[in-house]
Amino acid sequence: MSAATMDGNVTAATKQPTGPKPKRVTIGRIGLYAFLIISAAFFLIPVYVMLITSLKDMPEILSSNVLTPPLRPTLQPWIDAWLHACTGGDCSGLSPGFLNSVKITVPAVIVSIGISSLTGYALSFWNYKGANFFFGLLIFGAFVPYQVVIYPIIIGLRTVHLFSTLPGIVAVHTIFGMPVLVLLFRNFYAGVPIELFKASRVDGAGFWQTFFYIMLPMSVPITTVALILQVTGIWNDFLFGVIYAGRPNWPMTVQLLNIVKTTQGIPQYDVNMAATIEAAAVPLIIYFVSGRWFVRGIAAGAVKG
Amino acid sequence: MAQVQVRDLDISFGALKVLEKLNVTAEDGEFLVLLGPSGCGKSTLLNAIAGLLDINGGQIFIGGKNVTWEEPKDRGIGMVFQSYALYPTMTVEKNLSFGLQVAGVKKDEIRSRVGRAAEILQIEPFLKRKPANLSGGQRQRVAIGRALVRDVEVFLFDEPLSNLDAKLRGELRVEIKRLHQRLKNTVIYVTHDQIEAMTLADRIAIMRNGVIQQLDTPHIIYNKPQNLFVAGFIGSPSMNLLRGQLTTVAGKRVFSAGGLSMPLDRYEFTSGAPDAAPAVLGIRPEHVAIGDDATKMPFAVEGEIEVVEPMGSDTVAWTKVAGQSFTFRCESEVQLHVGQKLKIGFDPARGSLFHEETTNRL
Repeated sequence: MSAATMDGNVTAATKQPTGPKPKRVTIGRIGLYAFLIISAAFFLIPVYVMLITSLKDMPEILSSNVLTPPLRPTLQPWIDAWLHACTGGDCSGLSPGFLNSVKITVPAVIVSIGISSLTGYALSFWNYKGANFFFGLLIFGAFVPYQVVIYPIIIGLRTVHLFSTLPGIVAVHTIFGMPVLVLLFRNFYAGVPIELFKASRVDGAGFWQTFFYIMLPMSVPITTVALILQVTGIWNDFLFGVIYAGRPNWPMTVQLLNIVKTTQGIPQYDVNMAATIEAAAVPLIIYFVSGRWFVRGIAAGAVKG
Repeated sequence: MAQVQVRDLDISFGALKVLEKLNVTAEDGEFLVLLGPSGCGKSTLLNAIAGLLDINGGQIFIGGKNVTWEEPKDRGIGMVFQSYALYPTMTVEKNLSFGLQVAGVKKDEIRSRVGRAAEILQIEPFLKRKPANLSGGQRQRVAIGRALVRDVEVFLFDEPLSNLDAKLRGELRVEIKRLHQRLKNTVIYVTHDQIEAMTLADRIAIMRNGVIQQLDTPHIIYNKPQNLFVAGFIGSPSMNLLRGQLTTVAGKRVFSAGGLSMPLDRYEFTSGAPDAAPAVLGIRPEHVAIGDDATKMPFAVEGEIEVVEPMGSDTVAWTKVAGQSFTFRCESEVQLHVGQKLKIGFDPARGSLFHEETTNRL
C-alpha cells in the first residue's frame, strides 16, 4: 500500500518542472529557418553561377543550362582573364591592373590607417582647443557627396602636380577614408580608461611614446576593422581610380569593366566571369582571414577589457 | 625632504568651481588621507598634485620646489590608480620598467630596481605574465610596484582598493601600511572608505564640496569632529544626533531635548561657545552603556528596543531617546530582543555638541 503511494508520488514528481526547460520545435521556428535558407540561397546562386560559368568553355556555356555544373571543367578562362583578355588594343589581361590595384591599395590603406589612428588618439586624449570642432568637421566630411568634390579635387591635384599619378590617387583615398576611420579610432580610444593615459604620463611618456608603446599595441582589434574596411573599399573603388589614377595606373576594377565591355561578337562569358572572381578575390580573402578579428573589433567597443 | 604643499589652489571645470583657495600640506614622511563622499573634489586635488590636471590658480610645492608648471614625470611622484591602469599589452616586468626605459635609465639599474620592487611586493612569480592573467590583488600590487620603481619620495594613491573585494581590501590595506612603515615616503591617499582612512592615516583631511572640513589625526577626527558633517561621516554605525537646546541654568550648561536634560559639566566647550543655542548632541553608539552600567553614567534613561542587528563581533540595536532615533552598540553576548525595556546611559561630556544652524562644534 505504502509502496503504491510512493510510486504515485514519483510519477507526480516527474511531471513537475525540473532541470532544463525542454525546447520545442514551433511553426514559427520552422518558418524562420525556411526564410533564412531561402535568403542565403538567393545571395549564393549568383556566386555559384559565376563560379561554374568560369570553369566552362564557350561552346559548353552556349549549349548548357546556366545552373548545370561544368562537364569538362577547365581553368583556361581564368588564365585568359589573367594574361590574355583584351582591353581595347592591349591584350595582357587583368594582371597589370592587379599590380596597379596593389600599388594603390597598400600605401593608401597604410597611410589612411596611420593618420586616422593618430588623429583619433589625439582627439580622445589630448584635449586641445577646438578638438571638438575639428572632429565635427571631419564627421561632416563623411556626408559630402562625392560628385560635389570630384572636379575641385582634380584642380587641386593638378595644381600640386599629382593628378593622374599614384601618389595622387593614394592621397584621395586617404582623405576620403579619414572621416569614418577617425570616428572608429576615436570611439575606440574613448573606451580606453583615461587612467591608462594618466599612468603613462606619470611614467614620463610623451605624445608619441604613449601612442606607439601603449595605445597602438592595444588597437589591434579596431585596426583590423579599419584594415578590412579600407582594403575592401579601396580595392573595389572604380570612380576615384578612373578619374584620378591616370591610364597607366588604372586599378583592376577599371580594367575589369574594359574587359567585360570590349568584346566583338559573342560576349566571352567564361573569361568575364573568371575575371570578375579574380578581381573580387582579394577583399574576399582578407575577409575570410581576418573575419574573426573583425567581429572581435566590432564588439570591442561594447565590452571593456 | 618631500613635503607636499598646496597653496590657494583653484580648479574649475567651466563655470563649476571644484576647488577654491584650497590649502593643505602633507609633511615629509606623512601618510595623509583625503576622505570624502564622491564629488567632493578629493580626486581632483590628487590629480592636480600629480600634474594631470590643469589648475586655474595657486601653487603646488613638492620637496620645497615649485612644481606648479612641471610635467608629472618631473614632480618626483608615483601614482597608483583605482583601475590599476596597467598597460595590458605588456608583461608585468615591462609594466614596471616602462617608465624607467622612457627616462633612459641604464639596463642594469632597471633590472635591479624592478627586482627590488618585485621582492618587496612579492610579485616575482608573475613578472613574465600579462596583467589579464593576474587577480585583482596581484594587479594592484603591480600598480604599486610601478610607483615603487620610480624611486620617488611621494606616492599618490587614488582609491587603490575600491575595486577589490572586502577580504582582499583588508589584506592590501595592511600591506600598504607596512610598506609605508618600511619606506617612509610621503603618501597622499584618496578614499571614500572611512575604515581605510582611519587605519592608514597619520592625518585625515575630510573634504566636502571642495572644502576641507577638518584636517587632523584619526583620533581627534573620531572623538572631536569639527562639525556635523564630519560627525556624521566618520563612524559606523554613525553617530547618534539628538536635536535639542543648549541652555545655561544657574551657571551650568545643560543640553535639553524632549523633556530630558543632560548635564554638560565636564564637556570641553570651544572658546566663544554661546550660553544658549539650538544645538545637536552627538553620541557615538559605542560610547553608550546599558543595564547596570548605564546607571553609573552621568545620564541614563529607559528605552525600548525596536530593531536588533547582530554583527557577530558585536550587536547594534535601535531605540528611542527623547523621542528621537538612537542606536547603541553592545557586546554580542548580551541578549536583546525587540520590545525589551532597558536602561541606556552615556556621558554627554564624551559626546560632541554642535550648533544647529552653523553646524559647527560648540
